[in-house]
Amino acid sequence: MAEFEPKVVAFVCNWCTYAGADLTGTSRIKYSPNVRMIRLPCTGRIDFMLLLQAFGQGADGVIVSGCHPGDCHYTAGNFHARRRWILFRRLIEFMGIDLRRVHFAWVSAAEGAKWAELVTNVVDEVRKLGPYQSFPKRLDGQPKPVEVA
Amino acid sequence: MGEQRILQKASLGELFAKLIAGGQRILAPVKSDDRVEFAAVKTPDQIAGDYIQTTTSAKTAVFPRYETMLRFRLKGKDVDVDELTPEAKPTVLFGVHPCDAASFATLKAVFTWDSADAYVEPKLEKTTIIGLSCTKGDAYCFCTSVGGGPGDTRGSDILLTPIDATKYLAEILTDKGRAIVAAAPQLFTPANGEAKEPVLAKIAPRFAADKLAQKLSALFGKTDVWLNQSLRCIGCGACAYACPTCTCFDIQDERQRYGGVRMRCWDACGFGMFTLHASGHNPRAKQSERWRQRIMHKFSYQPERLKVLGCVGCGRCSRACPTDMNLGEHMQSLAETTV
Amino acid sequence: MEALQKKARALLEAGTVKVVIGYTAGTDVERARAFFARNAEQTQQLIFDARCCQNLATYLMKPEVKALGKAALVCVPGALRTLMQYAVENQLADETVLALAVTDAGEVVELPKFAAVEEYLAKMPRGLTPEQQQELDRIDKLPLEERWAFWAAELARCVKCYACRAACPLCYCSRCITDVNQPQWVPVASDPLGNLEWNVVRAMHLAGRCVDCGSCADACPEGIRIDLLNHVLAREASAHFGAEPGYSTRKDYALSAYKPDDKEEFIR
Repeated sequence: MAEFEPKVVAFVCNWCTYAGADLTGTSRIKYSPNVRMIRLPCTGRIDFMLLLQAFGQGADGVIVSGCHPGDCHYTAGNFHARRRWILFRRLIEFMGIDLRRVHFAWVSAAEGAKWAELVTNVVDEVRKLGPYQSFPKRLDGQPKPVEVA
Repeated sequence: MGEQRILQKASLGELFAKLIAGGQRILAPVKSDDRVEFAAVKTPDQIAGDYIQTTTSAKTAVFPRYETMLRFRLKGKDVDVDELTPEAKPTVLFGVHPCDAASFATLKAVFTWDSADAYVEPKLEKTTIIGLSCTKGDAYCFCTSVGGGPGDTRGSDILLTPIDATKYLAEILTDKGRAIVAAAPQLFTPANGEAKEPVLAKIAPRFAADKLAQKLSALFGKTDVWLNQSLRCIGCGACAYACPTCTCFDIQDERQRYGGVRMRCWDACGFGMFTLHASGHNPRAKQSERWRQRIMHKFSYQPERLKVLGCVGCGRCSRACPTDMNLGEHMQSLAETTV
Repeated sequence: MEALQKKARALLEAGTVKVVIGYTAGTDVERARAFFARNAEQTQQLIFDARCCQNLATYLMKPEVKALGKAALVCVPGALRTLMQYAVENQLADETVLALAVTDAGEVVELPKFAAVEEYLAKMPRGLTPEQQQELDRIDKLPLEERWAFWAAELARCVKCYACRAACPLCYCSRCITDVNQPQWVPVASDPLGNLEWNVVRAMHLAGRCVDCGSCADACPEGIRIDLLNHVLAREASAHFGAEPGYSTRKDYALSAYKPDDKEEFIR
């Protein structure tokens, strides 16, 4: 039986983390291929619902990453994002959603090595946790008929 | 009235076992915290004892909160479509009060009046109702105002009335009911003319729905009447979703780029966007207009068009309503309003 | 109660207000219901006792109630806090609603301006009650799987009737996120993912704004403890950002402000 390989979705900002991940590639640094990158202009734009949607579509782990505080391309987007994450983390923790599967980071455009290390660490951690089976999934991802009375 | 038999309460376990062995699933009121809801049961001890009414109704057995209909996948220039409808399961609804049993007539009328609804009709066919008469009611019940009653037989295939602590009077009313008896004939012993009236709840009628139906058209234009009744309505869907005769639904596609599923789910006429047109026009933009529509639909349009009332007086809407919109009270007020 | 009826009658007879939004007896002895007294005679039906919990401030946002004219609002503490938050969010101009607070002794206090409401609230205890905190602690102490099992079971009962949204005075968006269908952000059906997303969205969109009136959980026909989600975020917003919605008219929304040194030990 094939060993479980987690699917990790990364929501990253265009100006820092995406560029940083690009640097990881051009530097030929190897890291876990399990991550699917979703590029947004800024972490400030990342709606918490996107994270829930990622899990609902079968992600086993999620990474959210952007510019370091003070370096946001749009000045304050990441400051707003940080406040949102503080509250969102608390809420999902209270509801019993597995925080070990949700990771936040600041990765700059120069931090290619950090990106590789981050992804590899997260993927390793999520691999140990196994697939996120208890999280409800989207209806269009379910092959069998569904009916709820 | 149907054929009368006696069914011992102690026999229920054996009856359930026979039904389940015959491939039926049994849905009955089950207690959970301080609520009672219909759920699958295997044995009679799982059934809730002392309660007035379930929070949501048994209509979920034939018209669930949501169900998938089909799956579609884009394949080049073609679309692959797979049927994804859940199969109708043979079901016995046990312990359904006479109001709820009567509601199935409305469900059937709405879902089969011009063509048989492919999702509801098969379930109706495979559903048998063992009703249970009411020995008590509360301030929200008004079955006797809408042509029903605590011992009414409409809609039940078998109606059980607990005539004392140990046994039910069983009225065998339809072919489906007779089939249940045939599965375990030794459990249904001859009756001796026992009467059910003495144990039935006393629900005084508040108004006469058939007389009111004629009056409602004349009240349509009285905007003050509808405004005054609906001022405290907050426009949620609690009444529609608790109601055993509400049938409005939405069709939604949940999809991603290359495919998805189509499904049907409940909708409610109280929502602000219920009649919002694509043009932006909304013929029922005001809550009072939506309230009026709710009453007219259930008490005037449905009786006129489908020959069946859209309300069975179970009172669930009023119990569920966050602002205590007591439907029986509102209808009584309409009955007393001069045109 | 008598004092309230007298006050309401005086206000209507003098023409100071066109409607007194209060409570009257409900269907059974345990319930009260919202009541709109528009003439002196109707004021006799006004009550005020332990049954009166619904936050009536939500009616101030309804077009058909606004059309009745200037209102006096019988306020439970949650409704007073709502008025403060309406001021913060520019939903209500000062002196357009006459707030009527009823003391434990049954006296009626007229609060015509936001400043008066603020002063009145300043004397009241803030934050969660010990019982509310205990409920949060009990759930927090559960192991992860049990916590999830608790919420999965609670949310399974959700039928997406949106009674919580309708009852909440701060859910006044003319186009709620659930009504946006290009794309459909929050699934319409009451499936497990849809229910989770709706309840998370509701809690997050109220974070830092919710005044903890409890009307959402009271309204829920299935008795789901969605108020706990609001309480947890209210505590968090207060602890991290000093957010105290409902106690002042200072323009201060935790999620549209920031501090360069907001605590962030969880970010790598």
